[in-house]
Amino acid sequence: MAMNLTKESGEALISEVLDAYPEEVKEERRKHLYMNDSEMENTSKCLTANRKSQPGVMTVRGCAYAGSKGVVWGPVKDMVHISHGPVGCGQYSWGTRRNYANGTAGVDNFVVMQVTSDFQEKDIVFGGDKKLEQLLREIKEMFPLAKGITIQSECPIGLIGDDIEAVAKEMSKELDMPIIAVRCEGFRGVSQSLGHHIANDTVRDHALGKAEPKDETPYDVAIVGDYNIGGDAWASRIILEEMGLRVIAQWSGDGTLNEMQTTHKAKLNLLHCYRSMNYICRHMEEKYGIPWMEYNFFGPSKIEESVRKIAEHFDDKIKANAEKVIEKYKGRMQQIIDRFKPRLEGKKVMLYVGGLRPRHVIGAYEDLGMEIVGAGYEFGHNDDYDRTLEEAKESTLIYDDATAFELETFVDKIKPDLVGSGVKEKYVFQKMGVPFRQMHSWDYSGPYHGYDGFEIFARDMDMAINAPVFKKMTPPWKEQ
Amino acid sequence: MSDTLVIKDHNTVFAEERYQVSQEKKKAFEAAAAPEKVAEVAAYTKSPEYKEKNFDRKSLTINPAKACQPLGAILVASGFDGCLPYVHGSQGCVAYFRSHFNRHFKEPFAAVSDSMTEDAAVFGGQKNMVAGLKNAYEIYKPKMIAVSTTCMAEVIGDDLNAFINNSKKDGAVPEDFPTPFAHTPSFVGSHLTGYDNMLRGILFYLTNKIEKSETDNGKINIIPGYDGYSVGNIREIKKMLESMGVEYTILGDNSDILDTPMDGTYHMYSGGTTIEEVKEAKNAKATFSLLPDSTPKVSKTFIKDDWEQPLEMIVPLGIDGTDAFLGKVSEITGKPVSAELEKARGRALDAMADSNYYLHGKKFAIFGDPSYVEALVDFYMEMGAEPSHIVITTATKKVGRTLQKKLDETTFGKNATVHFGHDLWHLRSLIADEAVDFIVGSTHGKQLAKEFDIPLVRIGFPIFDRHHLHRYPVFGYEGVINILNWTVNTLLDDLDNKATFNLDMVR
Repeated sequence: MAMNLTKESGEALISEVLDAYPEEVKEERRKHLYMNDSEMENTSKCLTANRKSQPGVMTVRGCAYAGSKGVVWGPVKDMVHISHGPVGCGQYSWGTRRNYANGTAGVDNFVVMQVTSDFQEKDIVFGGDKKLEQLLREIKEMFPLAKGITIQSECPIGLIGDDIEAVAKEMSKELDMPIIAVRCEGFRGVSQSLGHHIANDTVRDHALGKAEPKDETPYDVAIVGDYNIGGDAWASRIILEEMGLRVIAQWSGDGTLNEMQTTHKAKLNLLHCYRSMNYICRHMEEKYGIPWMEYNFFGPSKIEESVRKIAEHFDDKIKANAEKVIEKYKGRMQQIIDRFKPRLEGKKVMLYVGGLRPRHVIGAYEDLGMEIVGAGYEFGHNDDYDRTLEEAKESTLIYDDATAFELETFVDKIKPDLVGSGVKEKYVFQKMGVPFRQMHSWDYSGPYHGYDGFEIFARDMDMAINAPVFKKMTPPWKEQ
Repeated sequence: MSDTLVIKDHNTVFAEERYQVSQEKKKAFEAAAAPEKVAEVAAYTKSPEYKEKNFDRKSLTINPAKACQPLGAILVASGFDGCLPYVHGSQGCVAYFRSHFNRHFKEPFAAVSDSMTEDAAVFGGQKNMVAGLKNAYEIYKPKMIAVSTTCMAEVIGDDLNAFINNSKKDGAVPEDFPTPFAHTPSFVGSHLTGYDNMLRGILFYLTNKIEKSETDNGKINIIPGYDGYSVGNIREIKKMLESMGVEYTILGDNSDILDTPMDGTYHMYSGGTTIEEVKEAKNAKATFSLLPDSTPKVSKTFIKDDWEQPLEMIVPLGIDGTDAFLGKVSEITGKPVSAELEKARGRALDAMADSNYYLHGKKFAIFGDPSYVEALVDFYMEMGAEPSHIVITTATKKVGRTLQKKLDETTFGKNATVHFGHDLWHLRSLIADEAVDFIVGSTHGKQLAKEFDIPLVRIGFPIFDRHHLHRYPVFGYEGVINILNWTVNTLLDDLDNKATFNLDMVR
């Protein structure tokens, strides 16, 4: 049975965990763990987020390269993204993120490729700029339909003094295509987060506004910060289209260079992942006066709220359409809830994901009668935790950049019915007999966004929580 | 009726017309090439002209079959009792290594980083090392910490020996706490090199101050090598040796930690070679390296020179490979190959005879690491199959040429070409130019298999998209049956999928 967390028992649990740490770690980690309190106006007093991880504690976090190549740029399908440096980074991030894209692999869709400069010792000693030049020419030869190239820097690039910006500029002219140098070396910043920011800045400088759309309508919107994991962006797009809106760009799942280049003509930017793409939205607001809003397409309650909020930006026709869309799916959503809620009601969930989902999926769980008792971000900033204050219930345990030790201890004590986190955590908790879903990759399922996604989400949570296997851990001869 | 509620997921939902319409609308904003143009370019990329340009590449690597050093380092480190793999450098690397192993073994993988960032790039990572060792030691209570490096630490020239010693002086961990280490730059060699360096580091650290005894202890040492099948293989090796009554030490036994039970507790450490066993291993009769590609340094400069032991490099895969291994074990230990093993050998031969007609004369392409590729090619030739394209990204010129020469003199392998240092984009051109009946390799071959409609027999690393294969041995006579099972049944599935009138009930 799951533990009933109160403010007091939660604080006691936090203290217990902190007591296992050496003094310096204890002091630092104290600033990353707290019990949610909706009375608070913001989290500045109880939390310091986006700080360096302590050495040796087993953080789950990745790096700036992961944030740029893996998240923001990697899904842009008609460009070739070079993992510039040694072979590993590109190898480990090859085809593992499930950002689906239509097209012919290796011909006009390069998402599923691992393209690297495979640095050798001589490249470190003598520099890699010459190699990069030649490599760019070879890409043009190998992939004649590529619309552009990004250079995703790995750690050594920034340390050996290569001038990849100069190479990019020069070669861009020679090859007559955008070539974009991205300084996302893994040692920059404290997590993936800075990589998102750096990637956003390069989109701003080298892609945005560089082409004009064929036509414009008053209903043009862009989906920003949806990486089409398991087809999420497609399942969101279809709702917007049913509302009568025209989606002119997807950033960046199943995205293209042209979509990014022409987004400055959108009438409204719809921001899904605030953490990774708020930067470009703020920029477009400032420079082009394009409003942006965050929306949430997880679970029918949040979808309805968001659909109405989006419609507010448009005329009565769209507002009427919004109501029609909501009405259209109501019956089906009720069927889903009727089917799964009895099996999931009252189940307690702990989440530990990236920078958005710990707050965004809460509504979907609640639609199924489930309760979030713990939530945390790998690389959230304080503004993410501020946004979580109202989404999470009172006395939810909140953990920022949790260590493996913290997560294991929290789960061991709280005994939730489900943990939603990443692949590094999955097998740990399954061994402990706790049902688990990967909430980065949707555990090779999805989509989870949109009305269609909620059906799959509900099915998957049921499959995890009600899996017979977790009830068999004690052999019959040991049962009392 | 809720019971009849059909839920469609990503596998089927997007085929619905409403999604097709939506995705058609999206195309208006993509400025993509016309479908005819895409088809034309797709055809061009399979042409001889393209192949020539593809093989002319000097700087560009596309879809390589290799990873970097620290990956191998932490894999071998995980095979020692209570050992926590520790990587000095950027933290993102460790997140990648761990998830890479999680996806292959479907198991947890514990490893820490000391999270070096910009300040460490300027001032060096000593502060991170001191704090990292201290924190890892206190929080995760290891018996040993094996330190390797990322390329960041290597580029700035951090000195592990000095940093670790200074950390001990600072009281981060006790002076006598074992902290073997190895420099594992990602821009040199591959995951195989990292395995080699870290293993050498561990063996040296734990035994360099120990006097070798006058007489050997009668045991043999086994080095498993960088192996995606270590769970199944190590257990199979143990089974075979035990059946002969041979005493052994596995140096880096990760068969337990990569296959822990679901019993309600997370076992962060489980099994593994103990420090005492490593110390005693110095006095063994001989050491066997089962995947020599992962042990060039260990074997050349260490087992022979430091431990002064005979070193046998035999991959116990296929009939000949297993025969050679068991024969050598018997020769060295004086223990005869058991009747039980002879029976197992007979069963393997029996299985080979059953499947012979579906493999004999079949052409195949293969990619992977040198030792595995060579042993698998040998085995498939025992079945009468003929290698065509052999791609080994991690092979040196010497390894590649030696293998080519060996194959040139064989009946079934004389038409094979060994492409060392090449990648899977080269393999694509090779297959486009000359088709094969099946491909052998890791999950990374699935795009090729799909594109050319050629069955992929998944043997290699990593295998992300199939379950449980790593639990089965590919070594020994048992391994012969497993490889046969996967291969012949993959080919038969393919035959059935493509069958019309010939959907035979009996094959």
